[in-house]
Amino acid sequence: MPTVTFTRALERFLQAPPAEVEGETVGAVLAAVFASRPALRGYVLDDQGAVRRHVAVYVNGKPVRDRIRLSDPVGARDQIYVLQALTGG
Amino acid sequence: MPERIFVATHKGLFEIARRNGAWDIADTQFLGSPVSAVLAEPDGGVYAALDLGHFGAKLWRCDPKKSEWRELPVPVFPPKPENSGDDPHPWSLGKIWTLVPGSAAGRLWAGTMPGGLFHSEDGGESWSLCEALWRMPERKQWMGVAGGEQPGINSVLVDPRNPADIRIGVSTAGVWASSDNGASWRIINRGMYNEYMPPEERENPIAQDIHRLARCAAHPDIVWCQHHNGVFRSENAGANWREVAAIRPSKFGFTVAAHPRDPKTAWFVPAVKDEKRIPVDGKLVVARTRDGGQSFDILTKGLPQRHAYDLVWRHGLDVDASGEILAFGSTSGGLWISENGGDSWAMLDARLPPVMAVCFSAI
Repeated sequence: MPTVTFTRALERFLQAPPAEVEGETVGAVLAAVFASRPALRGYVLDDQGAVRRHVAVYVNGKPVRDRIRLSDPVGARDQIYVLQALTGG
Repeated sequence: MPERIFVATHKGLFEIARRNGAWDIADTQFLGSPVSAVLAEPDGGVYAALDLGHFGAKLWRCDPKKSEWRELPVPVFPPKPENSGDDPHPWSLGKIWTLVPGSAAGRLWAGTMPGGLFHSEDGGESWSLCEALWRMPERKQWMGVAGGEQPGINSVLVDPRNPADIRIGVSTAGVWASSDNGASWRIINRGMYNEYMPPEERENPIAQDIHRLARCAAHPDIVWCQHHNGVFRSENAGANWREVAAIRPSKFGFTVAAHPRDPKTAWFVPAVKDEKRIPVDGKLVVARTRDGGQSFDILTKGLPQRHAYDLVWRHGLDVDASGEILAFGSTSGGLWISENGGDSWAMLDARLPPVMAVCFSAI
């Protein structure tokens, strides 16, 4: 199963431990995590379900292409990282 | 007599309380996180809206019985329809800009960027968008704050005589009214002007940049407005406005507080207009009228009168229920409290982060 790791910056606000969940796209994997941690969703995605402007999602070290629909494919051994995007000083 | 003052800043929420007769910081919450709005309820409960740069807008509430903070759901915009491509505003919560209690227990109004008005009937446990306001075609004409893409509802006035009667002030879209608890809306402001618009749009009601509205609680038809282009006063609950030309030392500013009982008294914190946004001549002053705007006292006692560059944002000034105690906080982190209607001020002995909002708590 793919693994998801969240930035430790989230620990100030809520628990976001690493997760190992089923899913064939970034969106499906994240949805599986949020199913058990619903409060976490709003920290990562905006109201339309897109990745927040100042959040970055990587799969195996590469930023995802589709930040709107989260359709990038994910393999069983892939590692997803959810990070803060550095957009300021 | 208020016991506590809550100060929302760019780096946390500060609770100010009396200690041995003097005001001091009694507690801090959310240190390091921007707090965009704060509301203290009569029962001692406190709401704080966070504006986390990376992770979005959040809402927390402190239970008065347990003195524990708990995260609540935030208002959420509905799915953006496929055919809304010409909508210039995002369908996603930018930040909660103002939180206002309704009349019924548990009812709350939340004014937000990008211009959605939400209400809760259960103390913030769930939220509903005022769909009629959000989906009306005129909303696409609303302009963003300070050149940004997001308009903001900065003021929500609930009529104490009829709580279904709501007024909102919008940066930048004038004053809107609903007589049916938000089911339908109409723009009502007449008599304002916006100098930075093209001449033919100057008096267009929807082009008016409402910085802040404040209503006299005992005389709800009296509403004061600090507008981008000056100070205005309405005697019919925000429909017709007369410019208060006597305001000194300048007519620009962001904030206003209305006396809770005296319809002729209000306080402002003027500044050099828009491109500078600093106190006139580096002197921080409060302008108070007690005659309905015919004249103003310039209050300086206890306020810095040399090289002060403090700006006071829309929600940065509050007056308590007595009308005697006031507090305001600045972008430079100063907090001043007056216990005599503004005649003199004492600065809190602290260098706070930039202040976004100030709110008195009765207990």
